[in-house]
Amino acid sequence: VSGATAAVGVAPAARRRLPWAGMARLAARRILTGVPLLLTVTLGVFALAAASPFDPVRGYAGDAALTADQETLDRLAANLGADESFAARWWHWLTSALGGDLGDSTVLRQPVAEVIGERAVWSALLCAVAFAVAVLVGTLLGVLAARRPGGLLDRAVTGLAFTLSAAPVFWLALLAVWLFALRLDVLPAGGLTDSGSSYVSFGEVAEHLVLPAGVLAVSQLPWFVLYVRQGVGDALAEDPVRGARARGLSERTVLLSHALRSGLLPVLTLIGSRVPELITGALLVETVFSWPGIADATVRAATAVDFQLLAALTAFATVAVLLGNLLADLLYGLFDPRVDFRDM
Amino acid sequence: MPRALRHAVVLTAAALTATACSAPGTDDARTAAAADSVVLGVSTEPDSLSPLLGYGKDGNSKLFDGLLTRDADLKLEPALAEDLPEVSEDGLTYTFTLRDGVTFSDGEPLTPADVVFTYETVLDEKTNNPSRSELAAVESVRAKGADQVVFTLKYPFAPFAARTVLPIVPEHAAGGQDPNTGSFNTEPIGTGPYVLADWRKGEKLVLKANPDHWGGEPAVKNVTMAFVPDDDVRATRLRSGDLDGAILPPNLAATFKDEADLTTYRATSYDYRAVSLPTANPVTGDVGVRRALDLAVDRQAMVDQVLDGAGRPAYGPLPVDDEWFAEGTERAHDPAAAERVLDRAGWKKGADGVRAKDGRRAAFTLYYPAGDKVRQDLALAYAGDAKKIGVDVKVESGTWEVIEPRMAKDAVLAGFGDVGDPDFGLYTLLHSTEAGDGFNNMPHYDNPAVDKALDDGRRTRDTGERKAAYDTLQKELAEDPGYTFLTHLDHLYVLADRWKTSGADGLNTQVEPHEHGFAAGPWWNLEDWRPKR
Repeated sequence: VSGATAAVGVAPAARRRLPWAGMARLAARRILTGVPLLLTVTLGVFALAAASPFDPVRGYAGDAALTADQETLDRLAANLGADESFAARWWHWLTSALGGDLGDSTVLRQPVAEVIGERAVWSALLCAVAFAVAVLVGTLLGVLAARRPGGLLDRAVTGLAFTLSAAPVFWLALLAVWLFALRLDVLPAGGLTDSGSSYVSFGEVAEHLVLPAGVLAVSQLPWFVLYVRQGVGDALAEDPVRGARARGLSERTVLLSHALRSGLLPVLTLIGSRVPELITGALLVETVFSWPGIADATVRAATAVDFQLLAALTAFATVAVLLGNLLADLLYGLFDPRVDFRDM
Repeated sequence: MPRALRHAVVLTAAALTATACSAPGTDDARTAAAADSVVLGVSTEPDSLSPLLGYGKDGNSKLFDGLLTRDADLKLEPALAEDLPEVSEDGLTYTFTLRDGVTFSDGEPLTPADVVFTYETVLDEKTNNPSRSELAAVESVRAKGADQVVFTLKYPFAPFAARTVLPIVPEHAAGGQDPNTGSFNTEPIGTGPYVLADWRKGEKLVLKANPDHWGGEPAVKNVTMAFVPDDDVRATRLRSGDLDGAILPPNLAATFKDEADLTTYRATSYDYRAVSLPTANPVTGDVGVRRALDLAVDRQAMVDQVLDGAGRPAYGPLPVDDEWFAEGTERAHDPAAAERVLDRAGWKKGADGVRAKDGRRAAFTLYYPAGDKVRQDLALAYAGDAKKIGVDVKVESGTWEVIEPRMAKDAVLAGFGDVGDPDFGLYTLLHSTEAGDGFNNMPHYDNPAVDKALDDGRRTRDTGERKAAYDTLQKELAEDPGYTFLTHLDHLYVLADRWKTSGADGLNTQVEPHEHGFAAGPWWNLEDWRPKR
């Protein structure tokens, strides 16, 4: 134990070269294990969709199905391929997807690639901004809280974090709309741009991004705050920090270069594991704010049993989670000298 | 102490800024806004903008025109046709002459071939149009000369002209691609008063006035349809001035009553809720039970309590002020009479207060689609009224997938309502040949007198004879109510008070069908709006 902690203490001084070979090997291994995982997940989606009580014909036709005769319903089922087995449909989907063709979305009446292409960029923007804000603000608040455990700031931040982690994200979203759009009238309540404007300008998107990204960030914030506070708080009580203080280093250096560095390690794992939560949170936030991302497409694909769209969206979400985990592991390997890429 | 003071100052300052910002603003912004642009909030987004898959099939599609269209009183008027159709003596051939000089928004002229293409593609087996059966009467469509289209029907079908509000698409743009997934679904080209400027799926649809429209360029140049599924969010965005108008449920619409610059429009509708009473169920199939339930339900109480007043009692599929409604078929709420009907029919009260006949309890299950609050409340109110006369109704919820296989045996709280012609809603609802065919005639209602009236109603084109047929039908239906009709719903819209139609002080609404929102409300005739100031 003493050897490891010593290494942590010494690390900031020694500039190491990045272990490219180790990182590449880890990434390659992860991609290899990701392939069977993706196959299983997509097959599972097809199986679940086939077993779901939703009827693809009704999902496709909407209310019109409730006034349709049996012949029309049967013809739609045949045209949509709803009478094939799920394994056969999965195989068709897989083979054409490998050839670059993701198929057509039945519920949105357009190619799947087009659906994802026109929506994914807005979802990615929302998630990236929210995540960055959550990590940065979470770290800042966590460090401030850990600096004086039990102090006024610590109690306020920790209390707020626990309250926020218990608040459902759609409720936060509605609350934010009520406060900022309605009471204060300072931010728009929804959409990507002002409802009346017909082109996308940077200023308008930035203004419209504040509330959804802010709400999503706030919903992720408690995890980072609490992890950082705990990590940094523990690190402040450890030998290397005491050693650094004893050597007369400034409190700032001690906090940022010693305590924060080892206190942040658990947060790196958190980054990977929060990605799925971030995606589901984004779905709810997008719905409340009419954000033109993949949320609406996902909900409609699921309730209408739109196999092609559902499979593609699930595959993308799976890849996002795998990448999140890989990123977390790479960062962990880089920042924690005790970890060797060969062991991962 | 100084720190606490500093906090207090900051807090007070923040509170002051907050009140300063919140007080005025929205109202001035709304009245000052230009009258040539409008932003409307609707709850649902169309799946496709292609009429080949059903978009705009009942008219008011904004991007397209049909051969005919309907005015404020739902009377048919010519649109792309220059006049109402010429109909042959036997009622089997309809000939339309196209209006001169109509062009699509890409500049190409409208031809009879476009009309033929539209109808043939909708009728094609491979086109996934769920409403195809609405054109089941069509045998063939062909072009005649340079400007005529001739429809030949399989059987005399009096209301056929009302189906030709179907929007016409250009063959040169929509042909040569898969109608189910082709680009025409998202990049439509039509003859309508508006053209599509932008469709950001899940967010909004932007329309621009078509300067070359045959009916003249609309005064409202920019129209945005924002898709906001959540009722509360839609109300919030309307209140903040982001939306100029929105469709709202009655309780939220009521919160805008005192806003001076917003007008609430109440559109009456054909949209009704009814309990289907399956013939095959020994309890609901009994005419005595059916008539007793019909007398026992307190329709006005349902309107007042469940619908917050936004509706009217329904005594049949047709609303009481419809021109086809049979005078005198209204039934009073009379539980005492209902009990007498049951006594006479042999249903005697047991020890538990529930009636029975030949050892069978007067009990049945009533399903409503899960998640539909209005239908849930109506179902519970119905069960409450039934209990008072000794009929035990068990209310259950389920998805349509759960309900569908049970429709022949169990009661369902159904909702329908077609606009255009009495035949459209009634034939599929009541004719015995439609029994159990998909969602048509769910309770397998079988009444020869009703069948005959329905057949007469679609065979003859004489309005007097048709009226007589539908009067007979409604009287027969009151004698043997295969459904307990409960209420017609009103649809509520709140809209900024900046426009009027020519010759009027404000705007109006049509009587609306079950499906509404995009082409309904006061914006059904958006192209005819004029600025008030």
